[in-house]
Amino acid sequence: MLEARQLECTRGERRLFRELSFRLGRGQLLRVAGANGSGKTSLLRIMCGLLTPSAGELRWRGRPIRAEREEYSRNLVFIGHLNALKDDLTALENLQVAAALAGMSAEAERMLAGLDRFGVAHCAELPAKVLSQGQRRRVALARLALSPAVPLWILDEPFSALDVGAVLELERLLTAHLASGGMVVLTTHQEVQVVAHAVLRVDLDAHTAALLAA
Amino acid sequence: MIRALGWVLRRDLLLAFRRRGDVANALVFFVIVVSLFPLGVGPEASQLRNMAPGVLWVAALLACMLSLARLFAPDHQDGTLEQMLLAGEPLVVLVMGKVISHWLVSGLPLVLIAPLLGLQFDLPGDALAVLCVSLLIGTPVLSLIGAVAAALTLGVRGSGVLVALLVLPLYVPVLIFGAGSVGATAAGTGAEAHLLLLGGFLALALVLAPWASAAALRIAME
Amino acid sequence: MIKSERFSWFHFSSPQTFYPLAGTLQPWFAAAATLLCAAGLYLSFFVAPTDAQQGEAYRIIFIHVPAAWMSMFLYLVMGFWSGVGLVLNTRLSSMVATALAPTGALFTFIALWTGALWGKPTWGTWWVWDARLTSELILLFLYIGFMALQAAIDDPRRADKAGAVLALVGVINVPIIYYSVQWWSTLHQGASVSMKSAPSMATTMLIGMLIMALGFWMYSIAAVLARVRCVILERERHTEWVMEEVGGQA
Repeated sequence: MLEARQLECTRGERRLFRELSFRLGRGQLLRVAGANGSGKTSLLRIMCGLLTPSAGELRWRGRPIRAEREEYSRNLVFIGHLNALKDDLTALENLQVAAALAGMSAEAERMLAGLDRFGVAHCAELPAKVLSQGQRRRVALARLALSPAVPLWILDEPFSALDVGAVLELERLLTAHLASGGMVVLTTHQEVQVVAHAVLRVDLDAHTAALLAA
Repeated sequence: MIRALGWVLRRDLLLAFRRRGDVANALVFFVIVVSLFPLGVGPEASQLRNMAPGVLWVAALLACMLSLARLFAPDHQDGTLEQMLLAGEPLVVLVMGKVISHWLVSGLPLVLIAPLLGLQFDLPGDALAVLCVSLLIGTPVLSLIGAVAAALTLGVRGSGVLVALLVLPLYVPVLIFGAGSVGATAAGTGAEAHLLLLGGFLALALVLAPWASAAALRIAME
Repeated sequence: MIKSERFSWFHFSSPQTFYPLAGTLQPWFAAAATLLCAAGLYLSFFVAPTDAQQGEAYRIIFIHVPAAWMSMFLYLVMGFWSGVGLVLNTRLSSMVATALAPTGALFTFIALWTGALWGKPTWGTWWVWDARLTSELILLFLYIGFMALQAAIDDPRRADKAGAVLALVGVINVPIIYYSVQWWSTLHQGASVSMKSAPSMATTMLIGMLIMALGFWMYSIAAVLARVRCVILERERHTEWVMEEVGGQA
């Protein structure tokens, strides 16, 4: 469903990777690996459509994403390094805005259910600035709990700053999403226990893409 | 689409409300700058009356320009701007929402407080009314043009002064006709032509600026 | 596009092929510029008649007006190439736009300077807020803004595109600014103090200004060609052909 053809990324004067091609289908997990600075975040941003590759193209369901950026954006959820939370809004309000912008209903109960999955429902009325790093990360990830219908999840270091309980919850969520035919792309430094129909690994250091059986 | 615009508007207004201090600062700046001029040129009434349209308009312009730093930069820093680019709604609509809220918070207060300051300069009643109308039409244009400059300089070092450098030349026509309308009223000739032209600028800015800002935002986020 | 077996215009749209072309053309334009400017200056200073009202000082107009024309023209050209670079995503057009800005700013500066030199003997002040000088001043700010924006952005492609958006916004604004300032000037000062109250043009004067304008245009092309070569070398310095060109020096 998501196909990359000969992607090349040049940032400033450094060429990060070239001739990168892969195909990601339903129920598959793509893990992007590589040393710091090898272009993992850039690749994820290319997959979101935020960054234009210096060569090559990305296709979603056979059509280049460049042609229909808005349509493509509706099919993905991106959670990056930054939590995308406004300090002065409560966790609940933050989630409501995120849901509304994604075209979903912003009903408080749904939001609370999402927050609850990651154990931060008690933070709902607290402004984000008083929450700890881990709590903020969990509020950011609560979006995923609201987005089972969104096919493509692109996550940049989602497990960072999470405690064991939250890590397990996220793994469960990812597994469920993959089982229902969704796709996940993520970068992580940790070993992840996620069951997927297939795990694709792109190693940017070696510019290789290898399909590993789950 | 309207729903998304509504949410962006609501979000920004809520944020501004919770940071009332920041917002009030721009208004206080406006008042202080206006008060500096009599201190600089002397309190002679007729001179102040002549200067008033220009002084008030320049101060409004500068206050608007200062508040541009709040338009996109905070969202850029915490990652929410990135999410807006991924929203699946046309970016132009979301930008429009942000500009409207920016004007409501930074432009409209200027319109409301300007008559009081105009009184300090002994402007006659009809000139005060025209001052309000000209600011009412002109400050949205300032917000719209400012949005383009703010988007272009996102995350760039020295962006505060750079925004000023980019935006002030573009503000000149608005200044000329805004201050001109008040001057014309005070001098007895009509201000309709000026106000109509300002309206024309507003129409042009409404059509072009959100689109240019959206393009600039995408470029800045690459 | 003209396309024969051997030659296509698009052949020169890459920095690598444009570089030698620019190098070949540049001396010719420089020579043309020297000739035309020399001829223009000769006409303005020796051939054109002395003006009854303004004496010899008015001769500065032969530099002032063509410089002002060039400053506006170059801004439009800069906007055009910027726009092409943005829409077609070509690097060379953006490099040309970047190379145009300093020359445009130079002519704006010359126009302002010569305007002051004209103003002093004619009206006794070093600066008059007439329509043309004020417009030139604002145009100078627009040029400086463009250069400052590009200088402040580290990533060259982002600098190109951001500059393009700014230049295009500027191009739309330049006529608006020009007419606003015109209006403002006539309202406040009337036509008494104005660069436009130049003596009615004798034919020699007009020809002199046109020749100077043409000379400035040739100079601009020569300067931009030279500058764009430097920009190309700097931007493409990691490619093989540049490293060979510069003899392998980092």
